[in-house]
Amino acid sequence: MGLDITWAVDWVRRGAETLAEHRVELITLDREIGDGDHGENMDRGFQAVLPKLDDLPAGSAPSDVLKLVATTLISTVGGAAGPLYGTAFLKGSMAVAGESSLDAAGVAAMLEAARDGIVSRGKAESGDKTMVDAWTPAVDAARSAADGGASAAETLRAAADAAATGAAATEPLVARKGRASYLGERSAGHRDPGAQSTVYLLEAAAVAAANGTSA
Amino acid sequence: MKKIINDPKRVVDESVAGFGLAHADLVRVETDPIHVVRGDAPVAGKVGLVSGGGSGHEPLHAGFVGPGMLDAAVPGAVFTSPTPDPILAATKAVDGGKGVLHIVKNYTGDVLNFETAADLAAADGIEVRAVVTNDDVAVKDSLYTAGRRGVGGTVLVEKIAGAAAERGDSLEQVAEVAERVNANVRSMGMALTPCTVPHAGEPSFTLAEDEVEIGIGIHGEPGRERIKLEPADAIVDRLLEPIVEDLPFSSGDRVLLFVNGMGGTPQIELYIAYRRAAESLAEQGIRVERSLVGNYITSLEMQGFSITLLKLDDDMLELWDAPVHTAALRWGR
Repeated sequence: MGLDITWAVDWVRRGAETLAEHRVELITLDREIGDGDHGENMDRGFQAVLPKLDDLPAGSAPSDVLKLVATTLISTVGGAAGPLYGTAFLKGSMAVAGESSLDAAGVAAMLEAARDGIVSRGKAESGDKTMVDAWTPAVDAARSAADGGASAAETLRAAADAAATGAAATEPLVARKGRASYLGERSAGHRDPGAQSTVYLLEAAAVAAANGTSA
Repeated sequence: MKKIINDPKRVVDESVAGFGLAHADLVRVETDPIHVVRGDAPVAGKVGLVSGGGSGHEPLHAGFVGPGMLDAAVPGAVFTSPTPDPILAATKAVDGGKGVLHIVKNYTGDVLNFETAADLAAADGIEVRAVVTNDDVAVKDSLYTAGRRGVGGTVLVEKIAGAAAERGDSLEQVAEVAERVNANVRSMGMALTPCTVPHAGEPSFTLAEDEVEIGIGIHGEPGRERIKLEPADAIVDRLLEPIVEDLPFSSGDRVLLFVNGMGGTPQIELYIAYRRAAESLAEQGIRVERSLVGNYITSLEMQGFSITLLKLDDDMLELWDAPVHTAALRWGR
């Protein structure tokens, strides 16, 4: 069973809801090692997407939803998160362009393209204590789930769980990219806020898929 | 949190609106998307200068819009870089046919958003160059960080490049002088207290009553070292030594000495710091030719200051002295 436009819209709504719910937590994580705006920025960006979902033309594909998220985040979020998440959704959209329903391989391809977009824009590698440390394990888990015959929903669940493990693993790391890098050793002991917001977004995608809102 | 605000989400919009009303003789404020442009922009045949970044550093950048300095400023949310849309709108608004220079502080978000806007402007046929300022010596090894931050030196780059644009230099020449200033300027700052971002509601870090942060940036991000409070002269020495060593500055050099307040430190203390810095430079045979003291690139209400030193050449000196007419810097006309 594939994931269609209903899933994509539900993902964005759940994503907006969970980011609003965790706004203060993300601000706090960011204040510890950055400048304290990550929760505010992500909440502002996803709230801006919501009204636009109602204007999607009939017959839109999941890729259209992802593209809408991309352009809205780029034009409303700012900071590093706007271009990085904007690029992720844009590349993810391009990877599944026009497909009315995503199977497990489609989900894996979408996540991989999103991650590659973040890496090329932000020039961060695994271990730099950034959102890449959540995205890369998520992509790896999605790929092996899809290759092993999992459903699209199961593939997203594997990705979300791996992202959570990856985000937790950023805690002991010393940041080498972004504003946290200025702290040097003092950045260790804190979870990266971008990795944590990645967890919330992928978790929302997985829950939306599991809730059978797909066709 | 105790601040003179209405709604934390409206802080930037309302402040920029007030700035526009107060300085209607110099600028006009566009609200959708938000940017501040010189009243007579675009100036035909002149290179346009656009800078911007997160709000909370006032008077940077809107306070430097006007003849002899910036053509436009793009304020983002507090401590958050603007998105590409207003940067693009500002770039278009100041394009007088000779191209546009973006002056960008080296912070990941600023660089990414200005790059995107420059790509979009190029697609519209506007020639854009960018200079990324990175004068902060507190960040040592750029192999393991996002690179040195752009701080106080940015003000000097904007003034000197602005004067070059005003005298009719080409985009290539204006970019060159901006790069030359950036290559010859070094800064370092310290904080006595943190600041509170309005939408966060809590201080960006905590310091004990007798502690100070050495090597802060301009976003309330903590520095690299935390020490016990010392007398002003010792703190000045602690900031000035790595600056002088870094370029390095040496005996016989002519410099501009800039002592900048972070927003919450009174002038009486800034001049105490200036006094020691000038004395120390004199002892080292470094000639202070020009000076600037005050709150020019701030971090909300943070207490603290930074020292910026620029090694001057004749061209830079002439451009520094050239007339400027902005809300925050004004001389010569």
